[in-house]
Amino acid sequence: MNKQITLAMGNGGEENNELITKIFYKAFKNEILEKSEDAAVIHNGELAFSTDSFTVNPLFFPGGDIGKLAICGTCNDLAMMGAKPKYLTCSVIIEEGFATRELEKIVRSMKKELEDNGAVVVSGDTKVVPRGSVDKIFINTTGIGVIEKQGISSNNISKEDVILVSRDLGRHGATIFAAREGIELTSDLQSDCASLTHQVQALIKAGVNITALRDATRGGVSAVLNEWAKQSKICIEVNEDTIPVSEEVEGICEMLGFEAVNLANEGTFVLAIKKDDEQKTLDILHSFQNSNNAVKIGNVSDAYLGKVLLLSSYGTKRFLDTPTGELLPRIC
Amino acid sequence: MNKLQLKDLYDGFRNPEVIKGFSKLINEEAKQLKYPINIMEVCGGHTHSIMKFGLPQLLPENINFIHGPGCPVCIMPKERIDHAYILAQQEDTILVTLGDMIKVPGSKGSLQDARAKGADVRFVYSPLDTLKIADENPDKKIIFFAIGFETTTPMTTALIDIVLKRGIKNIFFHINHVTVPEVMVELIDSRDEHVDSYNNRIDAFLGPSHVSVITGSKIYEKFPKKYHRPVVVAGFEPVDVMEAILMIVRQFNESRCELEVEYKRSVSYEGNLKAQALIEKYFEKADLFKWRGLGNVPESGYRLRSEYSNIDAEKIYSDILPKEEIEDHKLCICGDILRGMAKPNECTIFGTACKPSTPLGSCMVSSEGACAAYYKYGNLL
Repeated sequence: MNKQITLAMGNGGEENNELITKIFYKAFKNEILEKSEDAAVIHNGELAFSTDSFTVNPLFFPGGDIGKLAICGTCNDLAMMGAKPKYLTCSVIIEEGFATRELEKIVRSMKKELEDNGAVVVSGDTKVVPRGSVDKIFINTTGIGVIEKQGISSNNISKEDVILVSRDLGRHGATIFAAREGIELTSDLQSDCASLTHQVQALIKAGVNITALRDATRGGVSAVLNEWAKQSKICIEVNEDTIPVSEEVEGICEMLGFEAVNLANEGTFVLAIKKDDEQKTLDILHSFQNSNNAVKIGNVSDAYLGKVLLLSSYGTKRFLDTPTGELLPRIC
Repeated sequence: MNKLQLKDLYDGFRNPEVIKGFSKLINEEAKQLKYPINIMEVCGGHTHSIMKFGLPQLLPENINFIHGPGCPVCIMPKERIDHAYILAQQEDTILVTLGDMIKVPGSKGSLQDARAKGADVRFVYSPLDTLKIADENPDKKIIFFAIGFETTTPMTTALIDIVLKRGIKNIFFHINHVTVPEVMVELIDSRDEHVDSYNNRIDAFLGPSHVSVITGSKIYEKFPKKYHRPVVVAGFEPVDVMEAILMIVRQFNESRCELEVEYKRSVSYEGNLKAQALIEKYFEKADLFKWRGLGNVPESGYRLRSEYSNIDAEKIYSDILPKEEIEDHKLCICGDILRGMAKPNECTIFGTACKPSTPLGSCMVSSEGACAAYYKYGNLL
């Protein structure tokens, strides 16, 4: 591993995995941690427990802000384990000189998103550090949720499952990239940042046979699919032309040489569902505005175990790999 | 009327039925080929498309691709990356370059490593973005580490033009622009003692369309005439590449050896004369430019003309920039891969010691490098 930590090690992809495995898993090694799920399942499978830190730049972006993100991020991790978010902690590190009004705006977003999730912040911490020690504001949230459906796990996916995504891909990544790099867009591209609790609760209530759920944050859908393929020792075959991508995101990808499947999302999840429940699942997801273009993108096979295969509409195939490195544009 | 969408512009060039149609035609016509042909796609952008769209799977066995040296990041020798590394570490300096460049390891590390150690390294989409950085940092020296083929060269000269006309005092240039035809000549007509093999297996070339948008198709005239290799200038969409391959196969079947343009929608014979004039104004050919894996290639790189020494970082910092040559990694066979003598998966360190997250050789560096493309898409094939 590198002598210094590089940005690539925080990309949600291969280098990130190496950092986590070689340093944190090695030190903290235990059975629950090693399951490597979105949230830890504790207390006899009754509770889900998760934490996340938020450092997004810019703090306010089309479709959300760091406050909304901080609540959605942790609540979504809990929801992905079939849990209903209940109690959160909120820890904030603020740079000296930060505008109080902006802090209020961020906290208002948090409050609104908490209400939507039916969760409350029950403990918190605030630190103010000298200018330059952090970039404006960093937020950590940790949450506990009550598991309403047990047994959801990315280690149990089989050929009996189909793979779905809840909406079009890459909106958050494309929005942040465009905002950060000052790419002026004459479009209404917005981050997909949203809480997923309601969708997951609806699926559970309808008795959908859920095998695994994961929100496709850093590393995008390709990171999720690759993790699943490895954890469940399966091959996931994806039909390239069924992958939903909006016109705006496609435009940014074409321009900069990205692939939407590698871009981050903050309100988009991947589902592994028993085949028979495909239509039922889609019907439920389509009744929500945030997932009204949910679609099946692939199947599970044993063609190349631990790999994700991308099938083109003209009969060629290739592997979809875990993203590596920093997200950098191609040169020409 | 519906408004024009981006998809409308490329959809036709990715149409599955058209791709299948070309595949059928090529397979049909290739039956008449007297011997298997190897087509070198010179440009990394083509390699990327070929792999991304899985085109070899649609071609008969007697048509092969040889992945060429046309990735500006991959061919950058360690010596010049070391220059960037050292320049980035100077006090009150911001080193600006294009995307992928920051991943490439030199002998001291990559620019990414330099940045982790505290250097200010930034990447831009357009060289002109450097103006904003210079404006916001009047007390710092901004060094633009210029890379790329003929496609990106005019953008650098446009920046130089503005810097000189506006009298901007804090932007300097380290020029690493290279040219396509000279390295093509090198590959088929090598006299370089650095390379142990004088052979090549290139029967025809696929020329990159965006280079010819600038230079015109005229730069390839000599390849059919003098070197008896057909050249087809092609676009980057799958339909473009497939059509160009059909054009090449037909040349062989009809015993023609010509320069043809598939990308007629933007390429003319003369090219962009204004861009060419800007390049001519500020740049001259360096006698030699070292390519990673290929060694020194005559007249294949640009440098700033001597009258612009005051903005030439290579001259200004000549005291601290090392000039010694550095040998390439011993087990790396990038040179042979670039010459078409070996495929990436024939390299002993491919996918093990050398992979995209820890590239040793040039071809693993950028997503457009032959090895990186193989690693990502090709272990299937």
